[in-house]
Amino acid sequence: MSAILNDETKKVLVTPLVNDNPITLQVLGICSALAVTSQMSTSLIMALALTLVTACSSAAISAIRNHIPSSIRIIVQMTIIASLVIVVDQILKAFAYDVSKQLSVFVGLIITNCIVMGRAEGYAMKNPPLESFMDGIGNGLGYSLILVIVAFFREILGSGKLLGIEVFKLVKDGGWYDPNGLMLLPPSAFFIIGLIIWGMRQWKPSQAEKVEFKIMSIAHGEGGHH
Amino acid sequence: MPKCKQIEKLNATLEQYEQYRQFIIYKDKILALGNDSLEKTIAIAVALCLVCAVLVSFAAVALKPLQVGNKAADMKKNILDVAGLLEDGADINKAFSDKIEAKIVDLETGEYVENINADEYDQRKAAKDPVQNVSIPKDKDIAHIRVKAKYAKVFLVKENGGIKSIILPINGYGLWSTLYGFLSLDPDGQTVQSINFYDQQETPGLGGEVVNPKWRALWKGKKVYAETDQPSLEKGLITEADIGEPALSLIKGSVDNTKAGSQYQVDGLAGATLTSTGVTNLVRYWTSNEGFAPYLKKVRTVKEVKS
Repeated sequence: MSAILNDETKKVLVTPLVNDNPITLQVLGICSALAVTSQMSTSLIMALALTLVTACSSAAISAIRNHIPSSIRIIVQMTIIASLVIVVDQILKAFAYDVSKQLSVFVGLIITNCIVMGRAEGYAMKNPPLESFMDGIGNGLGYSLILVIVAFFREILGSGKLLGIEVFKLVKDGGWYDPNGLMLLPPSAFFIIGLIIWGMRQWKPSQAEKVEFKIMSIAHGEGGHH
Repeated sequence: MPKCKQIEKLNATLEQYEQYRQFIIYKDKILALGNDSLEKTIAIAVALCLVCAVLVSFAAVALKPLQVGNKAADMKKNILDVAGLLEDGADINKAFSDKIEAKIVDLETGEYVENINADEYDQRKAAKDPVQNVSIPKDKDIAHIRVKAKYAKVFLVKENGGIKSIILPINGYGLWSTLYGFLSLDPDGQTVQSINFYDQQETPGLGGEVVNPKWRALWKGKKVYAETDQPSLEKGLITEADIGEPALSLIKGSVDNTKAGSQYQVDGLAGATLTSTGVTNLVRYWTSNEGFAPYLKKVRTVKEVKS
């Protein structure tokens, strides 16, 4: 691998996993992380779809970055992202019908996922296509990692299963495990993501935000999550 | 003459090449412009839209047959499932066409409608179409669906020349969503064979358990209509029903099968009172005179409900 990938590519591929994770550090893409993580299978498909869309849209935007008029910059990015999302949605409906039924609107909502826009605007507009593609893959994987961790806890604690296979035998089926209903509801993902963020910042104190004394200057440029 | 044709062809090719060259020149001119010039902005926007439109329409058109097939197969699977005919690995299309017949029923009269192609009729679409639907008076709308299609599409399972089960489409509001499903009855139009909700967005693990096979199995053998005037529904959501009125309901907790009236009761879903109420209401709605009661009266093999 190292022979093919130069340092920049490696950097953009690896740092979003832990050091610059889109969910835990940038706190983007929370909405879908709450919605699709009640099962591992839906989370995996969602993670794959988002990774592909982020990578391809970043590469496409990067390829034409020198010719994008700044006045319609965001619209151009949105058009490319939206087209790719529709294509992914169509492919899922054709080849993974059951999963696409479960994901329902959330595939479409990748369009508004801040990670995709964030990478397009923050990285792809300034860097060449291959690096942008890798950056998209890296950030997609960072998102996937958190999604899979959250889904792991939610599925095993909420329904005693992993990927639909029974792990804990439930009381209602004559077993011992009484499932935690809260884990199946979206708020539980908030708790788990909160705990992950807390854990990450304990492990890497540099990720914690500095205490800001000047309240007026809080306005973040990149904030917002959908 | 062949020479002449060749020249024509050559001319056409040349013309195409000329157009292509013009396009290249134009493209270079545009790309050389400053990014913020009006002409370039418009040209880029148009070009981008064209490329994206081609991409999206190509995906949509090329994958359409697969998607339509998936959807139809999924629906057939649900119908086979509620009929108890779903086997692992069997050819769904073949099993469906061999054993199941779709029929259109006029909900008001309960008669079959012959002049509509049952295979193409989509009841859910019809329910939304102002020409094909009827709005339900508020006091009768216990399933909270506001409108229903004038004609319903029912499925009959045939066996040895007779009818083995009657499959009715049902829908109604639960907690978060409208549940769509099928209720399969014995030919007596009274005994439940199975129930299957194929489209619902209830809370996973709570109301979403309407799809749990273990819970669905509890429905088998339950009776839809009251056979005595006091069906003794102690814990049920309804306390009385006249003979022949819909009586089936979900109760809180488990059904005690030794008690009188247990044949009209199904275990409620734990932690999902509103979904359970919704299911009770939608089953009662679709088995009432607003729903399939007129139809069931006509097809029932045992004419009178035993009292």
